[in-house]
Amino acid sequence: MARYILNRLVISLITAWVLVTIVFFLVRLLPGDPFLSEKVTPEIKQNMIKYYGFDKPLHIQYIRYISNLLKGDLGYSLRYKNRTVNEVIKQAFPYSADLGIRAVIFATIVGITLGIIAALNRNKPLDYLSMFIAIVGISVPGFVIGPLLQYIFAIKLKLLPVAQWKGFAYTIMPTFALSLGSIALIARLMRASMLDVVNQDYIKTAKSKGLSPTQIVWKHQIRNAILPVITVLGPVTATLLTGTFVIEQIFAIPGLGKFYILGIQNLDYSMVLGMTVFYGLFLIAANFIVDIIYGIIDPRIRIGGK
Amino acid sequence: MEKLLEVKDLEVSFKTYAGEIKAVRGVSFDINKGEIVAIVGESGCGKSVTAQSIMRLIPMPPGIIKKGSIIFEGRDITKLSEREMEHIRGSEMSMVFQDPMTSLNPTMKVGAQIAESLIKHQKMHSKEAWKKAIEMLKMVGIPNAEKRANQYPHEFSGGMRQRAMIAIALACNPKLLIADEPTTALDVTIQAQILDLMRDLQKKLNTAIIIITHNLGVVANLAERVLVMYAGKIIERGNLDDIFYNPRHPYTWGLLMSVPTPDLDKSKKLASIEGTPPDLFAPPVGCPFAPRCEYAMKICYEKYPEEFTVSDGHSVACWLMHPLAPKVKPPVGKGVTLS
Ligand SMILES: Nc1ncnc2c1ncn2[C@@H]1O[C@H](COP(=O)(O)OP(=O)(O)OP(=O)(O)O)[C@@H](O)[C@H]1O
Ligand SMILES: [Mg+2]
Repeated sequence: MARYILNRLVISLITAWVLVTIVFFLVRLLPGDPFLSEKVTPEIKQNMIKYYGFDKPLHIQYIRYISNLLKGDLGYSLRYKNRTVNEVIKQAFPYSADLGIRAVIFATIVGITLGIIAALNRNKPLDYLSMFIAIVGISVPGFVIGPLLQYIFAIKLKLLPVAQWKGFAYTIMPTFALSLGSIALIARLMRASMLDVVNQDYIKTAKSKGLSPTQIVWKHQIRNAILPVITVLGPVTATLLTGTFVIEQIFAIPGLGKFYILGIQNLDYSMVLGMTVFYGLFLIAANFIVDIIYGIIDPRIRIGGK
Repeated sequence: MEKLLEVKDLEVSFKTYAGEIKAVRGVSFDINKGEIVAIVGESGCGKSVTAQSIMRLIPMPPGIIKKGSIIFEGRDITKLSEREMEHIRGSEMSMVFQDPMTSLNPTMKVGAQIAESLIKHQKMHSKEAWKKAIEMLKMVGIPNAEKRANQYPHEFSGGMRQRAMIAIALACNPKLLIADEPTTALDVTIQAQILDLMRDLQKKLNTAIIIITHNLGVVANLAERVLVMYAGKIIERGNLDDIFYNPRHPYTWGLLMSVPTPDLDKSKKLASIEGTPPDLFAPPVGCPFAPRCEYAMKICYEKYPEEFTVSDGHSVACWLMHPLAPKVKPPVGKGVTLS
């Protein structure tokens, strides 16, 4: 197990380094000039360029960025004077993370449950209903679902607050809107996996032991069926956490989304770079954790070394 | 001898889109307590379906038991409820499957997989069941049983997994063990070990065993009686010596000739029966083997032969046994006798 974890860790670190490098150089390829909008004299502009180190050769800047990054320093925003990217993230990220994590948990639980229900009622009304929900969930994007929910539950029925982030009631609609697509994905996967497992020989063995159908489902089928679903939880987490940007806009949640979008519009190099790197590292970490969980659940992976 | 199982005129079919597959077409046989009986025959002749019908493990649908009865200890299996079957499966009768690589749950400790049926049928607490599971692993010859019980199937070799399967099957000391090609997926040396183990355990526990195989070598090693199946019917039955030294059905001759023997002249090619078994969607009215039989007569195509008794316990469904049929000699010297 220790070797498995170490192995995953090394892979994660390499991925992180590749990511930072690619993003660093890609951001510089964005057309335009970060100081263009500033109404300043060429002299001051020259000073600013110097101040941020943009006059140095690119590889020197890269080395400086990496060494700062290793200290956890993402640099100053070019746009919000005197604010570091770290500060912006520290202030806004908790909202995004809160929403994202709620969505991940909700999508996982509901998706797996729907998948199980569908598989156990194969080709019966409940199966069709679950899969209908799944297809709707996959095909309708969050920016359609969001306003629709607002219209029905906030404006018409007046059950929930329209927007903002001030308590549990405020979280319901954004969480649902954000996770719908992933619920659908997980449900379909879980259903297929359940139906695959049911045909495995060990299910027949379980039956030949005299276990009841309920015991077989709970003790033998579900645990094996969940394995392939866990592998997509990494990518699903990625989708949900990055997907928060759109939902944050719709529900006026003060998360990172706003800063990210403004950063791109203003060519705020350090903000875009910093946030991308931050998100990238965050997702790599999420995948790392998922890999570890997978290793714990599937004993065949754990074997690599004790 | 006391009868344990009585299968009477069993017919099992599968309803598929292409039509009805008549997999088992009127099979009758008895199993006595503590007896080892082999069912042999080519692939697809209905051995597994027969075995799984006894455990009621046939997927229904598409499968249906169309006719017949399966009397196990005085109760007709075909008429029991699913709930009643659960109490019989794993405790009164159990099964070992062909492929030990896929028959164990990969995410469950081997010990737990054995303990499971003890908890279910003997109402043991998990600690007690675990202890018994370790005992079972010891009994099937797995060294370091305490440690092994805590491992997962992928940490076991093929032979050890099959031992574990046998431990699962025998945990509740069933009266009947059905082993469906238990050694087919294993190496030759391991095969012999598993067969030895089954013979030892049978002696120790007095469990009746139905062993299914298409390998007559396995039969010679283990069985007391043999049922030869072809196209969903039993075409010859007898005790081990009858089948090996006095076989009467041309199909049995063919099977025997396709057994490799150590003393068989290497230059001689191993015979196999030419042709293919009949279509089970529309099995022929006559003897299903007739088209492949070099001795086939007109009547063979027209009427299914009755069972002729050769000697006590040895009977054969073949028109060649009819008093008016020409006398044919089995092909001798082709390895029909197996030492
Ligand atoms: N679930 C099923 N659906 C449809 N047909 C089936 C099913 N199970 C078995 N059959 C058919 O029943 C017939 C007998 O199959 P069975 O598995 O009993 O053969 P077998 O003698 O065990 O052969 P093998 O040596 O290959 O295991 C075959 O023609 C097979 O196609
Ligand atoms: Mg079979």
